[in-house]
Amino acid sequence: MEVKLMGYRVFLLLLVLFSGQLLAGPAIQSWTTEKGARVLFVPAPELPMLDLRVVFDGGSARDTIPGVAALTSALLEEGAGDWDANEIARRLDSVGANMSVDSQRDMAWLTVRTLTEKRALTETMDTVAQVLGAPRFDMDAFERNRKAMLVSLNHDEQSPGAVAQKRFMNTLFGDHPYASQVEGTKESLARITREDVLAHYKKYYVAKNALIAIVGAVDRAQAEQLAELVTAGLEPGEPAPELPPVADLDGPQTLNIPFPSSQSHILMGQPGMHRGDPDYFVLYVGNHILGGSGLVSQLSEEVREKRGLSYSVYSYFSPMRRNGPFLIGAQTQNAKAAEALDVIRQTLARFIEQGPSEAELTAAKQNITGGFPLRIASNSKILGYLAMLGFYDLPLDYLDTFVDKVNAVTTEQIRETFKRRVKPDQLLTVVVGREPSAR
Amino acid sequence: MRLLLSAAIVMLSCPIWVNASVLPEKQVHETVLDNGMKVIVKEDHRAPIMVSQVWYKVGSSYEPDGITGVSHVLEHMMFKGTTSHPPGEFSRIIAANGGTENAFTGRDYTAYFQTMASDRMEISFELEADRMRNLLLLPEEFAKELEVVKEERRLRTEDKPTGQLYEQFLAVAYRSLPYANPVIGWMNDLNHMQVDDLAKWYRRWYAPNNATLVVVGDVVPEEVFKLAKHYFGPLKREQLPELKPLREPEQKGEVRSVVRVPANEPHLIMGYKTPVITTAETAWEPYALEMLVAILDGGNSARFSRDLIRGSEVAVSASADYNAFSRLPGMLMLDGTPARGQDIDQLEQALRDQIARLRTELVTEEELERVRNQVIASKVYELDSVFYQAMEIGMLETIGLDWRLADRYVDELKKITPEQVREVAQRYLRDDNLTLTRLDPLPMDNTKPRQAAAGGRHGG
Repeated sequence: MEVKLMGYRVFLLLLVLFSGQLLAGPAIQSWTTEKGARVLFVPAPELPMLDLRVVFDGGSARDTIPGVAALTSALLEEGAGDWDANEIARRLDSVGANMSVDSQRDMAWLTVRTLTEKRALTETMDTVAQVLGAPRFDMDAFERNRKAMLVSLNHDEQSPGAVAQKRFMNTLFGDHPYASQVEGTKESLARITREDVLAHYKKYYVAKNALIAIVGAVDRAQAEQLAELVTAGLEPGEPAPELPPVADLDGPQTLNIPFPSSQSHILMGQPGMHRGDPDYFVLYVGNHILGGSGLVSQLSEEVREKRGLSYSVYSYFSPMRRNGPFLIGAQTQNAKAAEALDVIRQTLARFIEQGPSEAELTAAKQNITGGFPLRIASNSKILGYLAMLGFYDLPLDYLDTFVDKVNAVTTEQIRETFKRRVKPDQLLTVVVGREPSAR
Repeated sequence: MRLLLSAAIVMLSCPIWVNASVLPEKQVHETVLDNGMKVIVKEDHRAPIMVSQVWYKVGSSYEPDGITGVSHVLEHMMFKGTTSHPPGEFSRIIAANGGTENAFTGRDYTAYFQTMASDRMEISFELEADRMRNLLLLPEEFAKELEVVKEERRLRTEDKPTGQLYEQFLAVAYRSLPYANPVIGWMNDLNHMQVDDLAKWYRRWYAPNNATLVVVGDVVPEEVFKLAKHYFGPLKREQLPELKPLREPEQKGEVRSVVRVPANEPHLIMGYKTPVITTAETAWEPYALEMLVAILDGGNSARFSRDLIRGSEVAVSASADYNAFSRLPGMLMLDGTPARGQDIDQLEQALRDQIARLRTELVTEEELERVRNQVIASKVYELDSVFYQAMEIGMLETIGLDWRLADRYVDELKKITPEQVREVAQRYLRDDNLTLTRLDPLPMDNTKPRQAAAGGRHGG
C-alpha cells in the first residue's frame, strides 16, 4: 500500500491498458416510431429526471439563404399551436424544465431536461410536441429574432477570435454548403422571409429526417410513448438528400485580417475527416498527441510550456457528415505572432514526418482508455453520444468497441495516415490581429 | 389559480420532488485530520469515477495592492514541478491514468481537481499532497508562465469590450473591498511580479489547515479518510495570518462611469451593493435577494425575457445576477445590450422601471411558485454531475459556511414571501446604492477587416 514518491514511474509502467471487455458502453435500445423517426434510448433509473434530444438533418448545410436554419430553430420556442412564447416559457419554467434549440452545420436540434414526476413530464413533453409539430413562426417573433441575430453578428465582429473562426470556415469550405455562415450575414438576414423559414421547416423537420435520443428514469414502454408523442405533429417526410463531398484545398492560402486587438488569433488547417471515416481512430489518437490532450500535447509543450507564447493552443478534427475541419488554433500578443506561426508549422511538419514515439502513443492510449469511464459518467454525456451515433448512423456498439479500437492504433499507422491525410503545403492560415509591421 | 393548484398536485403526487431536493446527509461524511485539514466525502455510485478537489482559502480578495493576481499566477505554477516531480510531470501522470485535471482561482478560493476512474484516487492524493508543501517555483519556469498568464489576460480582458467594461465597473463600484481588483490581476502588477512574491504567498496559504479536500464519486468514505490521512496527514500546519474584517463603507450616492473602447454594441452594467449569507444581519435577506433575481431572470418566462426582450423589445439581452455565497458582501447586478433601434438610455430606463416595480408592487404567488419549482428541479439536475456536487461542498466550506447549507437552501427559499422580496428591493435597490457603467463604443472602422480581396488576402 505504501507508494513512495520515487516509485511513481514504476507504478505507471506497470499500468496495464484497459481491456475492452471491462469497459463497455451503456446498453442502447433502438427502434423507429410510426412516423419513421429513429430512437436511441438508455434507461437511467438512478435520478428522477429525463433528457431528450431531437436532432434533424437541417443545419446550415441546408440553408437556401445563410441563416435560414438558425432562424428556423430559434423560432420554434417562440410560438406553437395555441401558445405564444410567454405561454411556452411559462409551461416549462413552472415545472422546472429546461429546453433549448440550436443548429450548426449538420444538425438542428431541440434538447429538453425535465423531472420524471408525472405532471412535470406530461407538461414538458406536451410542450415539446407542440413546439416541434406546430410552430407558428409569427411575424413579430420573426422580426425580433432577425434583429437579435444582427446584433449578435455585431458582437462577433468585436471579437478577433470569432472573426478568425468565421473567415476560416467560410474560406475552408469554398462553394460547399458547409461554407454557409451558420449565423447568416447582415446581407443574407435582410433577405430572409417567413416563407423561407417555413419552407426549411417543412422540408427538414420531418420524422424520417429526425433522430430521437432519450436518457432517463423511464422504462422502454414509456420511452416509446414519449417518442411517439414528440413526433406526433411531424409529417413523415423524407430524409435530407446526400451532401456533396468536401473538396481538398488546392494550395496554401494565408489571410491576414487587421484587427484592433492586443493579440493575434491564429487558425490553421484544412478539410479533415468525416464521421465513420475508416481513418477515424488513427487520426483521433494521433491528434490527441499532436494537440488534442491539453497541456501535455506536443503543440502545448512547444508553444505554451517551452516558450510561454499562448494561453491556449490546440488542434482537433471535427468529424462531420462530410469532411469537417482539421484545425490548429492559438492566440499570442501581436509581436509574437510570426514566432508562434513558425513554431506551430514546425511542430506540425515534424509530427507528419516523424509521427509520435512509442512512449507518446502509450501515454495517449492510457489517457484515452483510462478516461473512458469519464466519457459516459453522466446522463447528459450519454445523451450526447446517442444523438451523435444515431444522427451519423454509427454502429450501436461504438462505445463497446471504442477502447479496443484505440488500443489497436500503432505509431506506424499514425505516421502513414497523417502523411496521407494532412498536407502541410495545402494549409489555410488565418491571422486576425494587428499586423506586426503596423506597430 | 390553476397554476397554484397544479403545483400542489405536483407536491402531493410525487414525494420524490421533496426527497431528491435534499442532499441526503447520510451519504456525506467528513473528518478533520490532526493537522487541521478537512476531508469531506460524498458517495455517488452511478459510475466508476470520482472527482477529487483540494480547496485553499485564498484568492484575489486576499491580495494586497501591488501583487494583484498572485493567487492565480501561483495556481499556474502549481503544475511546474516539485522536489520529487519535475515540471509538467504532474499533468503527464494524471493524463497517463486517464484523468482530467485543472484548477481555478476565484475571489475567495483557489481549487485544484482531478476527475479519474475511482480506483485512481490515490494518485491524485499523492500528487496534491506533494505540491501542497514541496513546490519548486523555478525562476525560469516562472518567467515563461507569467507570459502565459499575460496572454490569458489579453484573451479574457484586453481584447474583450465587455471584459474591460466589467473590470472597470468593479474597480469603480468598490471603495474598500478587494473585490475591486480583477482575479487575474492588473497588467501592471503582472509586469512587476517576482517569483519571491509567489514563494511568500505559497508558504503563507498553502497549508493543510487552510485546505479542504472534497471527494465525490464511487468511493468508500473509510478508504478515502485512510488515504487522506496517509498522504496529507504528515504535512505540517502553518500559523495562518489573521484576517481583518473588511466591510464596504456605505455608499452615499449614485456612481456612473463610462468605458470607451472600439466596439460595435453598447452595453450597460448596474450594480446595487447587497449583503451575503456570511455577512447578513438578517438571515432571510440573501434568500429574498435570490428570489428577486430569479423573478427577473430565472428562465424564459421571467420578467426580463417576457417584458424587455419580448414585450417592449428594448433589450436583445438582459440578465440579473446575485451570489449569496461569498466571503465578503457583494452586489446584485443587472446588465444588458439594447435591441436594434433602441438606445442605451432606453435600456437603462427600462431596467430602472423593473427595479421600481419591485419596490412598489408585490410579486405574485405564481412567480414565487415558478421559482421554487425551478430551484427544486435544478437541485435534482445538479446530481447528474459529480463535479458540480463537489464544487458546491468545497465552495461553501471555503468561504466559511457549512456544506449543509446546500441542503437548507431550497427550504430557506421556499419560506420567502412577496413582502420580503419587496422589502429587500426597498432596502437595497436604491439609487444611492447604485453603480452604473456603460460601454460607449468607439468606431472600429479604421481597423475593420478589409473586405477587398486585395487588402485581406496574401496568397502563398
